[in-house]
Amino acid sequence: MKNFTYYRPLSLEAAVALLDTRWGTTELLAGGTDLLDLQKEYIAQPDKVVSLTFIQDPVFTRIEVPQILPGTKPTVSIGAAVKIADIAEHAELKHLFPALTDAAAQVGGPQIRNMGTLGGNLCQRNRCWYFRDEHVLCLLKGGRRCFAADGENRYHAIFTKGHPCVIVHPSTLAPALIALGASVEVLGPNGKRTIELSKFFQAPTKPDQREHVLAPNEIVVRVLIPVEGLRNASYEVRHKQSYDWPLAQAAVAFRLIGGKATDVRIVLGHVAPTPHVATEAQKVVEGQTITRELAEKAGEAATAGAVPLSQNAYKVHLVKVAVKRALLLASGAQPDWVI
Amino acid sequence: MSQTHPPPGKPGISRRQFLTGTGLGAAATALLRTSEAPTQANQAQAPKTVGFGPNPVACELLVNGARITVHIEPRVTLLDCLRHYMDITGPKRVCDRGTCGACTVLLDGRPIYACTMLALEAQGKKIETPESLYEDGQLHRVPAAFVQYDAQQCGFCTPGFVMAMKACFDRNPNATPAEVEQGLAGNICRCGTYQQMRDALRSLCKKGG
Repeated sequence: MKNFTYYRPLSLEAAVALLDTRWGTTELLAGGTDLLDLQKEYIAQPDKVVSLTFIQDPVFTRIEVPQILPGTKPTVSIGAAVKIADIAEHAELKHLFPALTDAAAQVGGPQIRNMGTLGGNLCQRNRCWYFRDEHVLCLLKGGRRCFAADGENRYHAIFTKGHPCVIVHPSTLAPALIALGASVEVLGPNGKRTIELSKFFQAPTKPDQREHVLAPNEIVVRVLIPVEGLRNASYEVRHKQSYDWPLAQAAVAFRLIGGKATDVRIVLGHVAPTPHVATEAQKVVEGQTITRELAEKAGEAATAGAVPLSQNAYKVHLVKVAVKRALLLASGAQPDWVI
Repeated sequence: MSQTHPPPGKPGISRRQFLTGTGLGAAATALLRTSEAPTQANQAQAPKTVGFGPNPVACELLVNGARITVHIEPRVTLLDCLRHYMDITGPKRVCDRGTCGACTVLLDGRPIYACTMLALEAQGKKIETPESLYEDGQLHRVPAAFVQYDAQQCGFCTPGFVMAMKACFDRNPNATPAEVEQGLAGNICRCGTYQQMRDALRSLCKKGG
């Protein structure tokens, strides 16, 4: 790891003041589970590391669930510095947003969840092995081409149309949060702004872009989730039960009125450079009663537009399964599959 | 204490220098004299956030109940700080990428990977390493169960597994075997002594932790 100067601001404003207007020279450190790996591999070589660990601001460090009364539109606030383990184990969040807490409970292992934060999970870099190899000059590091496009790409994107870099977005919390209609409050030199989470991610194609739309001198302060009484669930297909990245993930949310699903959101993870909203699948489910047959149809529709790479056509099937199972879980059906 | 810049160009203590000391206590006392640690109280009074490093800075950690101060560069991980600067070698350096769990220590009671945290980030927190599991000639019941059920082969992963398992029982003395196994999901044993570890943890669950 290249050495650096370590800063320990005690307020979010002081942290923003330390940030550069360019990427690469200064990095924010929260849980460190991603940044330290990137530094050890010389993918990140910052001169300055700004630690967010000692900022006590409750907006940044706490989960706030307001009292939920009929006729009100309450919003849950989760500080960006909240540990993933604390989201996974929060009783009220489990009740309101099982899509989020189930996804959180499956992030890495216990140690990763005790270290990693919500903000870090949303802002982490992608896991492409070409990107993470110091010796490979890929598109994201200023090179001329994406090596995964026709190389070792079994864990890469299947929604590849229009994407010169075929990474998958690594966050499993993001698809759940997008399905729940969450937004992100960020702080920059000109104050706070709020971004809908569905517009927070971008597919990077060059070194001065990240997987999100934040400016280099902006910090995620908190995530806001409206409490809308949505049924919701997340389902991940993975090689191993624990400590593994999903091969495909589906997060769903909908309102159930008179047995019919409305306001349907279906968001896929680990199949595209950003969390992928499955518009066609949403149309299939909208206004319908969720049955096994309908869930299967939605799964088929979710793969519309998929153009898999040489080694990952298998993911197309996994998307169908993930969407079907997430819909069934959210509708309250007992899982009939063996894990 | 007023805010001061870290000592310019002060070299960190090497492992060799450290080992030639007469012991941990003596070495730590000697080191304490050199400069102040970058504590939070210092920073709160500072109008502008002062940076630490890249030269070695003083770092005080609370490890197994003892306050130990060393001089380290900011890039030194908690694991390397414990092993190379404090001679606390219970946590093992195996993958050094937050994957295998051999470096597991407890930070304020929660298991974390010491290899994936900067030592400076662990300041002010209570750190427990495998060394804390042997007190007054008495072996803690978790490693004792590992011995009884022969739950190790090469032994490299064992300190990490023991700490992760201890954290499960500290948190819930009535944890079920399935819950404890989930608590071990962040550790890996290449020798494959999982069955013996299962036997060990079942025996501990029966005793109510």
